[in-house]
This record gives sequence, C-alpha cells and structure tokens, in this order.
Amino acid sequence: MITMHPSFEMLRPGKKFPTVWCPGCGHGIVQGAIIRAVQKLGIPRDQMVMVSGIGCSSRMPVYVDFNSLHTAHGRAIAFATGVKLHNPKLHVIVITGDGDALAIGGNHFIHAARRNVELTVILLNNNIYGMTGGQYSPTTPIGKRASTAPYGTAERDFDPCALAVAAGAVFAARGTVFGVVELEKMIQQALAKRGFALVEALSPCPTLYGRLNREGNAVKMIQWQKENTINAKAAAKLPPEKTAGKIITGVFHDAEVTPYTEVYQGIIDKAQGQKQ
Amino acid sequence: MSADIRLLQGNEACAEGAIYAGCDFFGGYPITPSTEVAEEMARLLPRHGGKFIQMEDEIAGIATMLGAGAAGAKAMTATSGPGFSLMMELLGYGCMAEIPAVIVNVQRAGPSTGLPTKGAQADMMQARWGTHGDHPAIALCPSSVAESFSLTVKSFNLAERFRMPVQLMLDEFIGHLREKVTIPAPGELEVYTHPRPSVAPGEYRHFGDGTSVGGAYAAMGTGYRFNITGLTHDPMGFPTGRTDEIRWKMDRLRAKTDDHLPELVDVEREFLDDAEVVLFAYGGGARTAQEAVRLARARGIKAGLLRPRIVWPFPDQTVADALAKAKAMLVVELNQGQLIGEVRRVNQGGTKVVPVLRYDGEIITPDELMTAVEANR
Amino acid sequence: MKDKHQIRLSGSGGQGMITAGVILAEAAGVHDGKNVVQSQSYGPEARGGASKAEVIISDQEIFFPKATAIDILLAMTQEAWDRYSDDLREGGLAVVDSFYVKAAGRPNVHALPLSQSAREEVGIEIVANFIALAAIAELTGVVSKAALEKAMLARVPRGTEDKNRKALEIGYRLARGAKG
Repeated sequence: MITMHPSFEMLRPGKKFPTVWCPGCGHGIVQGAIIRAVQKLGIPRDQMVMVSGIGCSSRMPVYVDFNSLHTAHGRAIAFATGVKLHNPKLHVIVITGDGDALAIGGNHFIHAARRNVELTVILLNNNIYGMTGGQYSPTTPIGKRASTAPYGTAERDFDPCALAVAAGAVFAARGTVFGVVELEKMIQQALAKRGFALVEALSPCPTLYGRLNREGNAVKMIQWQKENTINAKAAAKLPPEKTAGKIITGVFHDAEVTPYTEVYQGIIDKAQGQKQ
Repeated sequence: MSADIRLLQGNEACAEGAIYAGCDFFGGYPITPSTEVAEEMARLLPRHGGKFIQMEDEIAGIATMLGAGAAGAKAMTATSGPGFSLMMELLGYGCMAEIPAVIVNVQRAGPSTGLPTKGAQADMMQARWGTHGDHPAIALCPSSVAESFSLTVKSFNLAERFRMPVQLMLDEFIGHLREKVTIPAPGELEVYTHPRPSVAPGEYRHFGDGTSVGGAYAAMGTGYRFNITGLTHDPMGFPTGRTDEIRWKMDRLRAKTDDHLPELVDVEREFLDDAEVVLFAYGGGARTAQEAVRLARARGIKAGLLRPRIVWPFPDQTVADALAKAKAMLVVELNQGQLIGEVRRVNQGGTKVVPVLRYDGEIITPDELMTAVEANR
Repeated sequence: MKDKHQIRLSGSGGQGMITAGVILAEAAGVHDGKNVVQSQSYGPEARGGASKAEVIISDQEIFFPKATAIDILLAMTQEAWDRYSDDLREGGLAVVDSFYVKAAGRPNVHALPLSQSAREEVGIEIVANFIALAAIAELTGVVSKAALEKAMLARVPRGTEDKNRKALEIGYRLARGAKG
C-alpha cells in the first residue's frame, strides 16, 4: 500500500516541484530536517513564518506550506526582525546562505544576534555562491577555487557560529547533511529557544564547489563530511593532532537571555504607565 | 473637549499624524534632518502599544518596516538623502511585493553628504525613478506643519488602499519649521485600513482578487498562508517565468496609479481663474510662492498658484489646463530643475515655462520670486 | 499696532536662543491665539558659534516663514550682532546684552544687563534668554506676559520654576527702566 510521506503535509500543494536545487544538492536534506523538527514540536503551520534572502537556499520558502517571505539579498534577518517584533506570537525561521548571511547581510546577522531577536536562523553553508554560478563566499576556505577565484581565494573564511556567539546569540550549533539526524535535533533545539538561535548546516554543492575544486560527486562530498567532521564532545576527548584540520560540529553555545520582544514589551508597559 | 492646539515642528507633526493614522510600527535609522520623526515615534509608539526599532542602517530600517508590513502592521520609516539612496532597492521590493508602508524623506541638499542641516527638494525624481524597474510611485509634499500631519495620514490611507509604499517627501524647511497645529479629533480625518479577506483559506490568492487597489489582503498568522517574493510572481505569489503571468503582474502594478488618476490628484489652486502668470510650487518652496502670488495681486499682476500636494503621479491634466490658459508658468523648485521637466512634458502649447530655482540650502525669498514674476508678467 | 512682527533672537550656541524662540512662538501662538511660525539656524553652529531663532507673529496667515525685515532683534553676543543685525528694518527695535555687545550707532537699541543680571540676581547665566524675552514683551507687547510665563513653565525642567519666574521679573524691570 502506498502512503503519503508525513513531510508532505508541510509542503505546498501544486506546481512548485521539483525544486530549483541541483541533483546532489544538500539543501533538500536540510529542508526535510526543518519540516520534521517543526512537526515534532507541533507548531501550527499558521504560526510558522519562513523568511529568506537571495540564493539557492533562500528558495526554500516557496516549497513549505508556511507563511513565507522571500526577500532581497542579505536582508532576510532585517525583514524577519520586523515580522517578529510586530507579531511576537509567530515562529520565525530565517533561511539564508553563506553569502546572504555573512557577506551582504553580515551587519544584520550580528545586530539581530546582539538584540537577541527570537529568530531561528538556519544558515545553509555550501561555501560558494551557487545561484550566480560559483563565486567565492565568506566561507570559501582560503586557497579553494571559485569562478571569481580561478587561482584559489586569497581570503580567510568566517566561522559563522563563533561570529554569532560573539555577537550575542543564545544558541549556536553546526551540523551536516551527512549527520541529518543530529542536524534535525539541533534545529528542534533552536526552534524551542527564545532568542537568536543559529544552526549552521553544512550542505554540499557538487555542481559548483565540488566541480571547481575536484571534490567529486554528491556521494563523495557527503562521504567527505563524514570523514572530516568531529562532534565537539568527542573532539574534547581527543588529542589536538587528531582534530587538526577537522570541522567541529555540535552545539557550541546554549544560554538563557531575555528575548528582545519580551524586553520591548517591558518598554511598552513602562511607556503606558507614564501615559497621562 | 477643547481643541488640541500645539506648536509642533513639521517632523513632530508627521509622527503625530502617523499615530493618528494607526501606524503601529516604525523601523529606521537616525539621519539629519529627519531624526525628530524617529525620536517622536520612539516616544509615542509604545504608548499606543506599537513597536519602534532603531536598526543598524537604513537598508535594515526599510527591510524591517516591510517585514512588519508584510506581517500586517501599518508600518513606517523616515530618512533623508543618503539614507533614501540606501533604501532604493527595497522601495522596489515594496512595490513588487505590494506591501503598504510609508517612507518619509525629509529632503536635504545633496548629492552625497551635501548639506546635512540645510533643506532642498532635490530627491523628487529619485522618488519617482530611484528604484530599478518599472513601478508605480505615489509621493506627497507638505507645505506646512499642519499638512505634515494631514498628508502623513493621507499617505497611510493611500498605502493601505493602493497596497504599496507611499513616499512622504518633506523637506528640511517644513521638517524643522514650527507652526501652530490643531490636532484633529479622532474621526475628524478619514483613516482607511484595508479589508481582510473573508474567503475560505483554500481559495485565498494573495495577489489575485482581480484588483490591486482597494482589495482585501491577509496578515500573517490569520489562517491565510501565502508566499511573498521580490521575484515576478503569479496571483498566488509564486515565482513565474511565463510571459502572460509576467505581463499580468506588471500591468497590475502599473494600473495602481494609471487607472486611478482622479483620486490621486490633490492640487491647491489659488487665483487661477484669470491668471496669466502661474506659479507652480510644492513643499517648502511653495511658501514663497504663496506669499508672492499675493504680493503680485496687490501690484495688479494677474498671478495664480498651482500647488500639488500629491506630486507623483504627476497631475498632468491639471497642469496642462493651467498651462493652456497662462502666458507663463514659473516653476519654483529648491533644486536645479526636476519637476520642471514634467511641466515641459505636458506643455502642449506655446506657454513659456520658466525655472525659478535655488539650490544653496536656502529657500527662495519673495523678492527673488517677484523679480521673476515681474519679468514674465 | 502692526499686525505682523518679525523677530530674530540671536546669540551663541548654548545661550538658549532656540528654546527662547520656541517659547515665544508657543506663547504667542498657542496661548495668545496668534498665527506664528518659528525657525532656526540648525546644525553645528547650534553648538557654539552664532545661533539664531526666528519667530514671526501675525494676526494674518503667514506664508513665507523666514524673517526678511526684522522688527525686533535680540543680540546676546557681539558676533551675533555683527552677523544678524543687517536685516533690522528702519525703525526696528533691538535689545542687546550690555556686557557682551557694543552696538553703537543705531537708534532704538536697548542695551540691557541681561547676562549680568542673570549671574548676579539669579546666580546662573543660562536664564539670560528668559530675561531677554521678558524685556521684549515689556518693550513691544508682541506677547502677553501671562502667555509668556505659561509657555516658559511648560518647557523648563521641574524644580527650576522659581528661578525662571524671577528671570521674567528681572526682564520686565530692566525694560521698564529702559523705557524711562
């Protein structure tokens, strides 16, 4: 007997599939993890808002049956701040990429973290600008090739989780599409946080990053994730030579700080108390 | 209850007007000479249960305003020259995504940093064509502190009805001028709020009820899930590449202003019946023209005044009618000549169109304008 | 009495010229029921350097909002006098601070010890602007004393009412002396 996959009820009916994502792209795996996390938390779709910027990952809002806001390049977090502040009852997820969040949108990223606006930011990091054909991004590792770095990049890369924590985020975690079960749990934790929560999802781009850097097909790139990532808890028990050159995953930061809309409600109460 | 009479700055009156119109969200970034609008909104909004946020830059200011607007707020931002330039991309987003909002630009002299504390009217064409792509534009110019209040209310009404960002083009002269204002009692001025949909959620199309003006549209979290995008989209709000759907969307945007011109004409006409010399003026620059037209009449010169309060869409027919009867139209602007291009465009006959311009941060004096009137009587 | 008065209050940044302008406009406009407009030079010069506020008071509607032919000029400093007194119309009246301004050679100039009285009688020079407003009210009648006091008290910090009221009294007294 054929039954409908439980995720389907969260997908938009009609003509929006297949997705714009290339075969082998990791973004669909992240989308599945988000949907399952929302389902497990039982958040009604009407209360869900998915806000995105511009780029491959930012096309996700079209596919999920939430309130969705596909904004301009880099500005998703600033739009999302307006949504959340206007109606704090809404659950706001921001879908963004490494270029969208960290280059053109870097200022909004750090300031939303500083304010501790209740946003669940899922940063799909594929280390490249995919939609525009493979230019280097703030997370392209130094020396790696891109269409605008034919000899390899000369720039160092950002650590988005460290950046978010330094800026004041209450939650920061990094997962991979290889470790999708762990990733889903991180997203679930992030969605339950009251405050600015970041989940960085490492998502391979075989079409551009993989091809330009000869890293093989999607399977090989996901295999690479398996072999080159170590969970933070495991890494803590290993000698430094065993973790050198590896990417650390896991939850890096989990704090309780009064969220922005709650602080602002206090300002409303104060202003109304002073009202003549 | 006795009348609420106050001495207010233009910028303060703008904020009071916003509150009167039911504005419940302000996102912006401080910049001279618009800052008092933000300061007043920071004080007033939380008292009324609304939200104020000072963002990290003007791009974030307009973005957060549009986010709130998309979620269902009556939202606003305020800025001046450099900030207005930064907002241009997202002004177009607001047009494409059909989000009601009010953008206040208290104009200062440019280009670049220019004269931060001095006034100008040099962003008028930017208000029309500053963002990329074909798009409708609605812009208003107050000439007094009282109009700064009433035209802010009107800006919100137009934004709600036409479902797009409306630009209130103040200038430093009016923004920082203090005048006596009688705050209208609740109900005295019309406040329009767009209707919410009543169809079943399954039948709801966020951009598809047949009209882009005066229609119903939903707020987030009310049972109508919809998609908003800056990509060209179909009536459901989903990106499209189909030429028929692209034309549908572009025609829908154009129709907002083109099909509703009569309700977008707001022009003050003074002494026009027998006027041979017509002064065309708007915003702060019109204060000189109001003085000069009376001085001219006192000297026996048949002068009249045409003062658009809504400058975009440009009141083609009204201006053409006045041109047809006049010997000369003097276009008074605090820039190097912007709306004069529109006046010349609609000038079908041989009426002389004369620029009377000042762009040194100061307002044209009545004497300066009278010299031009005398020369063209 | 003439139905339109163009008033310019000038001094250096920090002497409260804009505050004085706002209070004068509020008094004449809101409390005396006249038409008023008030504007100021705005910007870096508002903090140090010459600073001015202008108020036009009229029974008629006021169109052009800037002062072009000054009926009443206040100059608190020599620089302000040098920069802003040229527009004083013939027959116009000036009040200048006798300690800071040498305004010789003009008729109808009242040199009053505005800052000196503020220092000596109130103990703070900052109220010199209110002494000046009171003197102008007494000399010209452009604003009623009741309106001036009401507008001033609404704009000054709580706890400073007595000092500011005293400043008005000093201004009225100095002006009565000047009228002879």
